[in-house]
Amino acid sequence: MPATDSSQPANFSGEVALSCESLVKRYGEVVAVDGIHLEVGMGECFGLLGPNGAGKTTTVEIFEGLTIPDGGRVEVLGQGWGEGDDRALRERLAVQLQETQFADRLTVVETIAMFRSLYKRGWESEEVIRLVELEEKRDARVGKLSGGQKQRLAIACALVAAPEVLFLDEPTTGLDPQAKLQLWDLIEKFRSRGGTLLLTTHYMEEASRLCDRVAIMDHGKVIALDTPNALVESLGADEIVEFSLEGFVAADRLSRLPGVRGVRSRDGNYLLTVSSVAEALPALLAEVEIQESRLVGLATHRATLEDVFVTLTGRKLRDA
Amino acid sequence: MPDVIGAKPRPRPEQTLTSTDAEQTGPSPGPEASGPGAAPPLPGVSRYRPVNPLWELTLARIREFVREPEAVFWVFVFPVLLAVALGIAFRETGPATVPVAVEAEERQGPGSSSSRLMKWLEGRTDIEAVLLSPEEAARALRTGRVALVLRPARPEAAAAGSPEAGERAFAAPSHPDLDSEGLIYRYDPTRPDSRVARLVVDDALQRGMGREDVAQMRDEAVAQPGARYIDFLIPGLVGLNLMGSGMWGLGFAVVQARTRKLLKLLAATPMRRTHFLLSFMLSRLIFLALEVVAVISFGWMAFGVSVHGSILELGIISLVGSMAFAGLGLLVAARTRTIEGVSGLMNLVMLPMWLLSGTFFAATRFPEFWQPVIQVLPLTALNDALRANINEGLPLAASLPDVLVMAAWGSASFLLALRWFRWQ
Repeated sequence: MPATDSSQPANFSGEVALSCESLVKRYGEVVAVDGIHLEVGMGECFGLLGPNGAGKTTTVEIFEGLTIPDGGRVEVLGQGWGEGDDRALRERLAVQLQETQFADRLTVVETIAMFRSLYKRGWESEEVIRLVELEEKRDARVGKLSGGQKQRLAIACALVAAPEVLFLDEPTTGLDPQAKLQLWDLIEKFRSRGGTLLLTTHYMEEASRLCDRVAIMDHGKVIALDTPNALVESLGADEIVEFSLEGFVAADRLSRLPGVRGVRSRDGNYLLTVSSVAEALPALLAEVEIQESRLVGLATHRATLEDVFVTLTGRKLRDA
Repeated sequence: MPDVIGAKPRPRPEQTLTSTDAEQTGPSPGPEASGPGAAPPLPGVSRYRPVNPLWELTLARIREFVREPEAVFWVFVFPVLLAVALGIAFRETGPATVPVAVEAEERQGPGSSSSRLMKWLEGRTDIEAVLLSPEEAARALRTGRVALVLRPARPEAAAAGSPEAGERAFAAPSHPDLDSEGLIYRYDPTRPDSRVARLVVDDALQRGMGREDVAQMRDEAVAQPGARYIDFLIPGLVGLNLMGSGMWGLGFAVVQARTRKLLKLLAATPMRRTHFLLSFMLSRLIFLALEVVAVISFGWMAFGVSVHGSILELGIISLVGSMAFAGLGLLVAARTRTIEGVSGLMNLVMLPMWLLSGTFFAATRFPEFWQPVIQVLPLTALNDALRANINEGLPLAASLPDVLVMAAWGSASFLLALRWFRWQ
């Protein structure tokens, strides 16, 4: 993946599929979206990463034309909602919502065919069923499907429109690893055909695997925006060392250890961002010895988007 | 399959998805070389819409309904059961008899007044008498088992009983020989059956003891179909059923789709709002025909209730009535977010009509100053129009005001529902 200027979409044609400026949405006292700017290029897969309540869903629903913003401007395929032919615009988009439950008593093929009929153009229901690998469940009632199958059905109902822009809101939340991989595969198929994708997730591995660029959101604001690689590189560290102690080691002493770029600590749990584990680890162990503490747990891993989020906010994605 | 007709594969010129690599992979996209278990590639081309969205949406409504056994029960079986129960309760059993009780004296004997009275009453076919103690008689009257209690006026005197009286009773059982003090009729004058019983018994006794009628009257029995209670009831059940299934069928389905966020998803598609709401109205049409046929043919087979008017006009009346309630159902569900909320609203709308609109008894029984309100209720209009057709065989023109009332309800509620509809 070419490392590009982060403020520009990582697309090739230079065309803009989605854009918003100074977007604001309030629900009573709560500011769900607090003045964000985004630009998504044609053919790009753009991820909104953040904890629950960060404003991801609200942002996506504003793009989908389902929620009217309190301020700012949105353009989808060069058109603002309510400014032109909204229905013609909707012909070119497809949406998967987080909590849709399809009618239990319809079968898979009936449900997809119904959605197909709502669009002037689209793919054959049968082709889409094959694509999401629900052939065996073709005539099964929706109520009898598993969680992963229901999620694939939701995506099938979106894909059947042959959309230019596809919105996916937490498509893999609650799925087992197998089902998650199947969905990722499906999303990559859509991408490989040049489709534009806006997806929200709170799984960093999902964002880094699928997305060309990621905007990290927290409290209605975009706190970082770049390619997944660039975001991780911005930590200036390749590796993360996590450990917990019985006893106490001053953070400033840790930050002076060789190879350590950053330190975070909370309740005896420490997180070091390091440029080299090989350099930092022996020094750390020596320091622990000197301070007469005892290591309770130690783990190292390569830096991920999760670490970017933790570094930016001091919280983990899941429990934020 | 209709999707073959005119479904010409063609690339979408404005679409990046159908860029040239789609054609390069060949006309039949085979599995990609990304290994086993990988999803097949996306189809390369999009096609024109194969079917009409209104039809697909309506079809989905119909499928959802027929696959819900409870709904089928309430719409088709319940009204028939109701007709059976009410038909049996109010069935024709020949000339009715009046149930009365005779209070027994403390000392019972063949010569006592009550015994003599019982003996005479037993000879009557229109009076069904039982001999009971005063306490039992009072209870029987209170619980409605008898309509009237006959108490000999002077039980003490009768109990003393003269042999002469007993002899007379035996000698002439066709003559209700009473003591000169006569009888006391105990009954509740607000109970119609009690008042009838009093008249029948009194008339029989007075005549039996020799009262002469002043003028000669003749009876002529009339028992033609169309005038019975079941004839009145069946059209009312048709109307009630159209109201219930129209409102529940729509209201529930809409609110359920809203709570399941299906409406929100549909709002994100290019679907037309009117198509969505019309699909509910249209699906009602299919069931409307079946519902009306079920109740009417049952009434005809089980009770001989026949349709005197034009079947076509009956269909038109049912259709307009059904659309009125479909519109009301949509309106009730237009903004409601929960099943509980819509249930409450449904009952609020339907309960007054259950009571006031003349399903089980004539709406005209309510006080005069209620009538302006009662007559513009859609169920009153539907019931009146159905009875005019089924019972009286009147042409549609005679029910035009009723049809207009229903059409007004239907179109006003549909337009308001369309305006107020909440998709999220």
